[in-house]
This record gives sequence, C-alpha cells and structure tokens, in this order.
Amino acid sequence: MSYKMLDGNGAAVMAMKMARVQVISAYPITPQSTISEKLSELVETGELDAQYVRVESEHSALSVATAAQLTGVRAATATASQGLALMHEVVGMTAGVRAPIVMPVVNRGLAAPWTLWCEHTDAMAERDMGWMQFYCQNVQEVYDMMIIAYKVAEDKNVLTPAMVCLDGFFLSHSMQKIDIPEQEIVDEFIGKYEAKNSYLDTSDPMFICNLTGSDEYTEMRYQQKVGMDNALEVIEKAQKEFEEKFGRKLCMVEGYKTEDADVVLVALGSMCGTAKYVVNKMRQEGKKVGVVKIVSYRPFPAEQLKGILDGKKVIGVFDRSTGFGSKGGPVWNETCAVMKDSVCDIREYIGGLGGRDVPEKTIEKIFEELLEIKDKKRKDHTTWIDVKSNAMDIRQVEKNA
Amino acid sequence: MHDIKHISKGLVPHGVSACAGCGMELIIRNVMDVLGEDTIIVIPPGCSALFSGYGEETALKIPGFQGNLENTAACAAGIRAALNAKGNTHTTVVGFAGDGATVDIGLQSLSGAIERRDKILYICYDNEAYMNTGIQGSSSTPFMASTTTTPTGKRTGRKDLMQIVIAHDIPYAATASIHNLTDLRRKVQKAKETDGPSLLHIHTPCPTGWRYDPSKTIELAKAAVQTGCWVLYEYENEKVTINSKPKELKPLEDYIKIQGRFKGLSAEQRQELQEYTKTSYEKYIKKLESMA
Repeated sequence: MSYKMLDGNGAAVMAMKMARVQVISAYPITPQSTISEKLSELVETGELDAQYVRVESEHSALSVATAAQLTGVRAATATASQGLALMHEVVGMTAGVRAPIVMPVVNRGLAAPWTLWCEHTDAMAERDMGWMQFYCQNVQEVYDMMIIAYKVAEDKNVLTPAMVCLDGFFLSHSMQKIDIPEQEIVDEFIGKYEAKNSYLDTSDPMFICNLTGSDEYTEMRYQQKVGMDNALEVIEKAQKEFEEKFGRKLCMVEGYKTEDADVVLVALGSMCGTAKYVVNKMRQEGKKVGVVKIVSYRPFPAEQLKGILDGKKVIGVFDRSTGFGSKGGPVWNETCAVMKDSVCDIREYIGGLGGRDVPEKTIEKIFEELLEIKDKKRKDHTTWIDVKSNAMDIRQVEKNA
Repeated sequence: MHDIKHISKGLVPHGVSACAGCGMELIIRNVMDVLGEDTIIVIPPGCSALFSGYGEETALKIPGFQGNLENTAACAAGIRAALNAKGNTHTTVVGFAGDGATVDIGLQSLSGAIERRDKILYICYDNEAYMNTGIQGSSSTPFMASTTTTPTGKRTGRKDLMQIVIAHDIPYAATASIHNLTDLRRKVQKAKETDGPSLLHIHTPCPTGWRYDPSKTIELAKAAVQTGCWVLYEYENEKVTINSKPKELKPLEDYIKIQGRFKGLSAEQRQELQEYTKTSYEKYIKKLESMA
C-alpha cells in the first residue's frame, strides 16, 4: 500500500493499469484527454502490456473496445461529453452483447452553446442504455469504484458494462492524496478476465448480435434487466469484500447525518463533498440538515435510498443536469418514484451546469429553503437555484417584451 | 460449445435467404472457401446480414459479430487487437460490408484502420445502392442510375473507393468481379496474406435492385467490365496493375439495356451516358497507367 498524489484522470488510469487491460482504444476529448495520453505512455514505455489502438473517433473507440472484449480480453476506453454522445449508438451495443467494459466518463456539458466544464447531462443522456453508472465524490472514490466496477461488471450474474463518472475538472484535474493498494491484492480481487456468455473464438464459433424477431427481443432485453437487477446484490457484496481487503468502506447510497435530520438533500458527485461541509457548518448553528449521496445511479438502489429517506417530510434533490421537459432532473424523478408511497415533499433543484461552481452558499440556500418549507414559512422553492437574474436578457434570446 | 447443425460441405450452408441470382452470395461463398475456418467475420446490418442469420440461426460456420452500420473496420480492428494481445497472429479478421456501409457511413472508421495499418481484410461488395433498405441511392450509385432516392437517375458519378484507399497507401487493394472467380479467389488469398490492411472492392450485380432477370447476373458482371463500367486492377507495393483491359469497349447498351434502373433514360440520355462512360474509362485507364 502506498500513497500517491493523483488527479481523477490519473486515478482512473491507475485502476485500468492495475486491472491489466489488454486492449485500449481512446480518442482525446477535454477533460478526458490526459487519460488517453497517460495510457498511451504506459503502453509505449512497456509499463502496461497492452495494444493501444489510436482511433479516429469515439464511435470507433467504443467499437474497438467492445469487439476486443468479445474476443476475450479486458478492453478499455474513456470519454466525456460530445464523445459519449457520439458513442451513443455503440453504448447500447456494448450492453446488449453483454461486454462488461468499465469506462471512465469525465462529466462535461454538451453543446449548444459550447462548454468544456462539468455537468452530468452527458452521462444522464445514457442512463437507460443498459450500463451501470457510478458517480464519484473524490479522487479516491474514482480509483476504488473503478476497481469495484471491474469485479461487478464481469460477474457472471451481471455481465453489464459500467461507467465510472467523475466530474470534469473538479475531479479529473484535482490533485489529491490517494491510497493505492498492492498489485497482488488487486489481482486477487478482480481476477483474470474470462469471456463468458458470448465470445469470438474460432474453436467455438458463434454469431453474435444477429437480427432478432419480436418473439425473442423482449426476452433478450429481459436478460439485461435481470443482469442489472442482480448487480444490486453483487455491488453490495463487492463493496463489502473491498472493505475487508482494502480497508475503505463504500456504499451505493451514503446518508450523511441524515438520521435526525429535519431536511435532507440528495445529490451526486463532487458537490457531495461541499454539501457535507455545509451540513457540518449548519449543524453548528443548530440546523438539522443532512446529505444523501447517490453513488450508484444505475442500478438505482431504491430500497437503500428509501431506508434513508423514510420519515423525512421535506427532501431536496439537486440535479447537475437540465432535465428539459420534465418537472425536475433525472435524480429527482428517480427519488420521487422510490418515495411514491410515502407522504413527503420532494423539491427539485437544478444547478451547477456548464462548470458553474456549486459553492457553500448555493447548498446553504437550498437547505434554508427546505427548512422554511418544513416550518411552513414558504411554499415555493427556486428550482434553477443558481440561475442569474438576467437569464432572459443575454444573447440568442429575444428580449422579453 | 454450440452445435452447428448444417451438413454443408463448406462454411456456408446450401440454403440461404439471399435473393435468387444474388451476386453477393456468390462472393461470400468464395471468400469463405478461400479464407477457411481460422477466420472471424464482422458484418454490418445490410444484405450481408442475411449471413449473420436470424434468431438462433446463422448461415456461417465461423465466429462473427454484427456491429453497427458504420463501424465494420473499427470492430475488425478491435478483434485484431485482442487477438494480437493474446499472441494470435494467424486468425484472419475480415469485414464484409456493402457500398453504403463502406463508402458512405463507414468511410471514417475504414480510413482510421488503414491509416493505423491494422491487419484486417476489408471486403466491400458493391451493389451500387442501399439494397437491403429498399434500393436507395448511395455514393457508389453510378451516373444516371435510377434508385428510390434518385428516381429520375443519379445526377453525379460514383465515389472512387479504390483511389481513396490508395491515397492511404494501403498495402494491398484490388477490384474484382464475380464473372472471373479465379481472379477473385486469387485476390482474396493475396489480401489474406497481406501484412497489414487490405481491401477488395467487388462489383456485385443485384437483380432486385437493378431490376433484371436473375439468370443474367454473371453476364452483367462480365458486360460491366467489357463496356468500361468496371475496371479490374490491383494496387500493391505502391504500384497499380491493370488485370484486364478490353481491346475495344463494347457498346454500353450491352450492359444497361436489360437493367430496369436505366429504363427511364431517353435516347439522348443513353447517348450521353455512353459518352460519359467512354470518357471516364479512358481517363481512368490513363490515370492507372501513370500509377503502374
């Protein structure tokens, strides 16, 4: 065991290296680029014994990785934003052929207008494509969730690819001190890659992914659903084993000071760190607030979340994605579905888009609103919590009459 | 282990769901015969997906993967990379795609694989339109041919796949035609043995899409070469070899008169197409000779 200073991208690369990936295909995109660069360097210097396929697009990146994984090796790729959007077609393919690829997604918003910075809309747009999705709070979690993701994705009862989501720049480029275990323990934890179910092997020929009629398509989709459902138990088991081996406790949903909280805020990713800080600060002022951090968004840990939220009368949900056309963002919708039989007031918040920081004051403002709602001092809340008052006056919109 | 139930002699069963007179069926049978069992195939959705199979059935006795329409070369590259990682350099990886999946939507990933020098064999069977979706025009549809999206005849000529891959300095590329299977099979063998990417561009008459009597497939393939509509040549070691050059071109009518896709042309247009074909052919031969 050793400590290293790594940023989120470095931690993801470290995990891929220690998982001994054999084929890498990656296409650079901000803020993922240093992953593509570092992996190529590791292959060039011989530190990692792998084939590096320098592809011409993200569509090809995931195509190469998926076909390679079907041929019986652990394959790797990584992307962000527009790159993930370009991959979309193949994202469904990877999941459907049950190729258990683990892919870091460095969350960044999508055009238009152009943005380079953090937002979750890129990954959220892929939420129903059959991949698991894990959102990380800090750099250590990036490394840990990558390692856990390999074990879960490749489990014979799961065989489902996984995105490990890390916030662009806030995590991808943030240097933190992290704990790197010994290679042997990682080898023991993940095991050697073994192709299960479908594979391309001349000694056992089969054709993968041919046309399937309506008499069987539903059933093949159902198999994916069962794999995803099974993942809930497999993740818990893997996290327990991880804790025993590596000494760090991870969970699918983390409740922070929620037990006696009057109001709680549900959130994803790096902003959970700030939210925890705000909770500590507000508690010193006598305000009983708490945070719920969702790590696994797919599969969505409904029972665990319900266990934490049960009895809470006022709940806020902070989505770092727009959720256009819906009352709230995807995490809010999911939370409402989980709590549908409980009497509670769930408020939707949207913010932190296109790299806008989510500072203490934004989280504080949410908690204050929630507390006032609970005390019946107010009815409304500010859904777009950090939107500026001049939103309708800036370019590309006709000035309001 | 999966049971392979068919008892055919080769790697493709006797009964398949291709149209009667399909040129592509003849190609895949010959390609599989030359490549043998130690092959993995990538097929995009399209006519060749008839060989991927349907449901529990497949029409190929080798491992295969049906990828997306535009990523045949990338999938083949991924399989190659994985085989290399496992120390397997003997298995052939072949992509088998139509003109739409190659010269239109798949050109980018093909270009990437050739530039990287990935050792894959790419076969484009060119039936000159999107036949599987109902005969829509592609960038390989010839000048004046009618399709469901060029109903009055295509107003532009075809994209030149061979010159595109030659611009990548591909180690081996060749055109072929089903009227000369000896030549076609020799080229498949050569492509297989190439240490790097190789491409075969095979002219593929399609009775359904070109609207002609299915018994005329081979005759039409031959007529295309004799009238200057298809040129047989190879590119290797940075040099072009023209495989057959008719002493004198036969009249274009020999090729187009039995095809429904040219039926709507007026006498004037036929004349124009004849001149266009002759001029293009002569210009092309000159170009190829300068690359010899």
